[in-house]
Amino acid sequence: MASDSDSDGDFVTFGTPLEPLEEDEPLRKPVPLYEQTVKDEKGRYQRFHGAFTGGFSAGYFNTVGTKEGWTPATFVSSRQQKAGRQNARPEDFMDEEDLGDHGIAPRQITTTADFASGRKDVIRDKARAITSLSAPIPGDTVLEDLVAPARSSMGVELLRKMGWKDGQGVGPRVKRRLCKQRADSATRAFGSASPPNGSSESQDEEDGEFVPENVTFAPKDVTPIDFTPKVDLHGLGYRGLNPLAALRGGPGTGHINLFTMDSDRTNSLFGEDRKGQRRRGGVAGQGFGVGAMEDDDEDIYHRDIMSNYDTVLGGEEPGNGLYGWTAPQQYNRKKKDHSKDAAYLGKILEGFTLASDKLETKTIFPPPNLPRDFRPVHYFRPVVDLSSVSPMVAQALQTSRGHMAQEEPSKGGRHQLDSAQRRELLGEATLQGPSSVFDLLKVEDRERLSSLRRPSSDTSSGPRQPTPGEARAAVVAAGVAAAAARASAQKALSSRFAPHAEQQQQEALSVWSGPTAQAQTGQTFKPFERTPHKQARYDLYIDQLKQGDRDALELSLDPTMTEWERGRERDEFVRAALLYKPSSSSLSCRFTRGKQDDGVEADTVEVTRDQENDVDDKQAAVKMKMFGKLTRDTFEWHPDNLLCKRFNVPDPYPGSGFVGMPKVKRDKFSVFNFLTVSESPTASASPAPQGVKPSEPGKRSRWDVSGQAGDKERKEKDPVSEFLSVARIEASGSGPEASTTDGPTTDPTVEPDTEQKEEEEEEESRPSMDLFKAIFASSSDEKSSSSSEGESEEEEEKEEGVRSKAGTGPQISNQLNVNTTQPAPPVSTTPSQHPDILFKTPSGPAAAPPPRDQEMEEEEFGPRLPPPSSTLTAERRPSPTPSAKDDKHKKKCKEKHKAKKHGKHKKDKKQKKKHKRHKHKGKQKKTKKEESSDSSSEGSDGNGQEEGGGVSTEELLRRLKSIRGKNLQ
Amino acid sequence: MSFPQPKPEVPQLPQNLLRTIDCQQGAVRAVRFNADGNYLLSCGSDKSLKLWSVSRGTLLKTYSGHGYEVLDADGGTSYQTQSQGWLTLEIPFISTDSYDNSQLCSCSSDKTVILWDVATGQVTRKLRGHAGKVNCVQFNEEATVILSGSIDGTVRCWDTRSRKFDPIQILDEAQDGVSSLKVSEHELLTGSVDGRVRRYDLRMGQLHVDFINSPITCVCFSADGQCTLTSSLDSTVRLLDKSTGEMLGEYTGHKMKGYKLDCCLSSKDTHVLSCSEDGHVYCWDLVEGSLMLKLPVGKAVVQSLSFHPSETRLLTAMEGRVQVWGAEPEETEEEVVVVQQEKA
Repeated sequence: MASDSDSDGDFVTFGTPLEPLEEDEPLRKPVPLYEQTVKDEKGRYQRFHGAFTGGFSAGYFNTVGTKEGWTPATFVSSRQQKAGRQNARPEDFMDEEDLGDHGIAPRQITTTADFASGRKDVIRDKARAITSLSAPIPGDTVLEDLVAPARSSMGVELLRKMGWKDGQGVGPRVKRRLCKQRADSATRAFGSASPPNGSSESQDEEDGEFVPENVTFAPKDVTPIDFTPKVDLHGLGYRGLNPLAALRGGPGTGHINLFTMDSDRTNSLFGEDRKGQRRRGGVAGQGFGVGAMEDDDEDIYHRDIMSNYDTVLGGEEPGNGLYGWTAPQQYNRKKKDHSKDAAYLGKILEGFTLASDKLETKTIFPPPNLPRDFRPVHYFRPVVDLSSVSPMVAQALQTSRGHMAQEEPSKGGRHQLDSAQRRELLGEATLQGPSSVFDLLKVEDRERLSSLRRPSSDTSSGPRQPTPGEARAAVVAAGVAAAAARASAQKALSSRFAPHAEQQQQEALSVWSGPTAQAQTGQTFKPFERTPHKQARYDLYIDQLKQGDRDALELSLDPTMTEWERGRERDEFVRAALLYKPSSSSLSCRFTRGKQDDGVEADTVEVTRDQENDVDDKQAAVKMKMFGKLTRDTFEWHPDNLLCKRFNVPDPYPGSGFVGMPKVKRDKFSVFNFLTVSESPTASASPAPQGVKPSEPGKRSRWDVSGQAGDKERKEKDPVSEFLSVARIEASGSGPEASTTDGPTTDPTVEPDTEQKEEEEEEESRPSMDLFKAIFASSSDEKSSSSSEGESEEEEEKEEGVRSKAGTGPQISNQLNVNTTQPAPPVSTTPSQHPDILFKTPSGPAAAPPPRDQEMEEEEFGPRLPPPSSTLTAERRPSPTPSAKDDKHKKKCKEKHKAKKHGKHKKDKKQKKKHKRHKHKGKQKKTKKEESSDSSSEGSDGNGQEEGGGVSTEELLRRLKSIRGKNLQ
Repeated sequence: MSFPQPKPEVPQLPQNLLRTIDCQQGAVRAVRFNADGNYLLSCGSDKSLKLWSVSRGTLLKTYSGHGYEVLDADGGTSYQTQSQGWLTLEIPFISTDSYDNSQLCSCSSDKTVILWDVATGQVTRKLRGHAGKVNCVQFNEEATVILSGSIDGTVRCWDTRSRKFDPIQILDEAQDGVSSLKVSEHELLTGSVDGRVRRYDLRMGQLHVDFINSPITCVCFSADGQCTLTSSLDSTVRLLDKSTGEMLGEYTGHKMKGYKLDCCLSSKDTHVLSCSEDGHVYCWDLVEGSLMLKLPVGKAVVQSLSFHPSETRLLTAMEGRVQVWGAEPEETEEEVVVVQQEKA
């Protein structure tokens, strides 16, 4: 189309012209494909209705309306002017776009359909076909494409004027006879394209009868369409290879044209003139090439071009020159009848016509040959399930029949496949969540089930295969059972003496190697995300855990690290694995992950900035009816602006962005969290090693608290100090939370009883401070701190000396020394001792945690009120009527400390090897330890006596100290 | 005190039963005076809320629309200014000019708070948002905000003026259910099952938490606004100084172990009253802490009580009945007469 209008000299520009390039301008970034939009001249988006048809944009986004909506033409009453009512024309509903060059009703003067040559395309097609055949380069129609004829050329107009009509051939009008002859000769000449109609001669003769002498005909032009239905399976226009043509073809026929329409067309167009052109001498064809002397290059490479094939339906009806396919009916039919009649032998009786379609011959199949031993009686064999039958019977059946029912479940048809197999066949993705009920069962149940099943599965050892899911489950169950058994055995054997870490590792293994864990595809929790190496190691560890590897931990650790680092990491990994053990996948598939995982911030939790003071202190205060400062906490609280307005109160914090209590973000996975968690299983004692969190005192509903309140009331009779101590014991026993999250408050009411205790308090709090500073200070400080600590240590020793002189009793002060100096040396010498101490201090008799917490609090939120006199806790042991709870706790503590001591010995030895410098001190320690262990045994004895009562307070104090010293070790 | 008391009145106690109203609405969960004390609201366990005339004991209106038993209702706070003195006590409604008795609010176990139109008995607004049953509800001074405390541990502040159905603010500081709630001019007092009394001071932007160590069943402001009264499940009623949190008095002897029972102060802050599970209402002298009266209400638990905002009149609820107690038995007749005269 474009080229057509070009030739008219009427230029139409498409698209937007490229902007002139400026040389110094940097290359612009190409607009990505998805941002490339097509807009019309009004800036509206052009919409393409039908991707291949060009499409158009109508109205306002393809509506009849506008942006403001659809506004119909203003209504004008037509009552008066009914006669003059005008009809709406299509143009009334068109916009300029439709009337434009490319619209549906262009206003340019164009040939209307009346004058446009309907056959134009056909003609051109023909011309192209001819040129492709006759051109020096066959198939080359480039020139013709370039020099396209005008839409309706003057020649055509002239021809029309001269009486030419579309569909006629051009040339002198001929008599019918002549025309036919010519066609015949053409067919003869071409040969290859001769239609297989054997009756052309007779047909001509028949036709001749109807041709008047004085009538001439225009030469044939059209290739009428053959509407004979296609019943075969060949390609369009395929006629099959004519053996004659193929054999006769010789070198000239490079293309054995099986699709005869083109040649037919050329025949009819060119007539005899084609003959000479077609027949060429010389050796040509495949493999010979073109000689230098040869003036033409025929299709030497046997290139079959598309123009050899027709692209439209139909073709020339063979032998029909006169009327084409629109010939009068009688001619058509008559001719047909003739041919048919002629093809038939013999004369047809009058009144009979030849059957139009053949009578089908009936094919008769012979009956099948019966086998010799065939008996016309059928009986059904019972189908036996192999799994339910003993192997003997199964074998017997197998031998008797040659095959079994359900020999292979997978071959037994689709109903015998299970879902997993079907899924595999269909190539579907595995479903999330438990694959079977089996996965939902507990480990023990699964084990029991599998043990029940095992004998049966053993018997059916034959060809039956368990489904993959079952197999896996069974294997896992067995593994888990083994692990559990081992763990329990170990627990039973060495629950007291085995290091706790070993148990935890076992736990982690048993937890992570469960099937639910494996069902979890993506591990979501990354505790060490900040240090990728560590996270990678942790991932490795988890992977190996999932595979049920026993020594997963050792494998996953970095061998290049120091012993201490590895030890630390080992603990961390085990703890993390236990902490974030996979929840049952049946649960986990009910939850979706948060949409946005905000990287670093995911590691923090929002915590109210102001923490409530220690609940225990308050409880104690309440028991003493000391309401007031002790029981009151005052926080900053931001009311909503609107609320203030409604209450007729000015906003106390105008412009504050938030409402409620101020929040701060805190590390979710800080060291402190891990510390406390590590302690929780030990604190809650071994019977529940799964890390069951003790119930939080704060969250528990207390409506039904009467029993507890009663307990408290009973205790109310005790003296003040008893209250405090009980409160503390409760706090330490009830869980780690109480001791860590809440800082201590002052207890001004509680006065230390003696000067001695004051001293003790001082000494107690100080070393722990140093200790924790050393631990929690950043690594860069470590060197300097260690050196300074050496000094401080010395100072301490000096102080001790002074104290021992000035102190009330040498014995006591000595033991105090044990308390204070013991933790200090390891800090200054080697860090490998850190975790040991760390984990020990909270486990101490409830006196140790508060100072540490205070430290933390101080660091974060500035100084707090002085800690409560932790010495008062000392009184709980010599208290006249220790409660049952107290007693129990004591026992637990003792057990723990024993275990710890055990571990400590080991480490000490190791340390000695490494650092000979501190050998001396180690020895000192040892001796002290012995001493303390002695005293501890003494103390425990004393405890036994204690219940009997009647021990002097001094003695009690001494014993207490000794116990304490032991604990701190 | 800006003025000396004209005559030293002998404090009277509501020890005479004036009237018993059988509410016919199941167990009465709460009974409340309205702001001026002429009417009473009874919250029934049959999902209905009823408005009664105190003086005659006649049913005026039934409000139905809750989906479960009604737990608390408020017809406006009988607000008393915090400036001390008999003047304000005598005429407590001067400052509550915006409050016009036209609205009621109630809360229910169906987790909703409903704002009622008093006259038509229609639901003006049904406020949903609490995650559990709503224990207590209270208007603010001007009835522009409804505050509701729920077992879900939150106090929600609902705006009655806007069309929004979301609360203005949610106070989620409580670690357990909020059992009781009172509003003063610019303060909000909540008692929670976590054993803490929280006082939100809007003017100062502060939250004061008093630790009681026992689930709080009821909290009250004193009439002078200087003290708070808390009753807790350890069978103790405590009078705390509002500003410091110090305990000014402790009142024991009654039994409060498992029920959420009310306590209150008398209208002139002379006495402390509390329900008891032994079927009595205990009445202590505020200052001395001595038991002044042990009012036998019945055999069952005294579920709720409410003291008249200005007179010596007490409402108690036990099972399906509401009882009105007054200082003198004959006084009621007089009052009735007075009321009738006024009406005529």
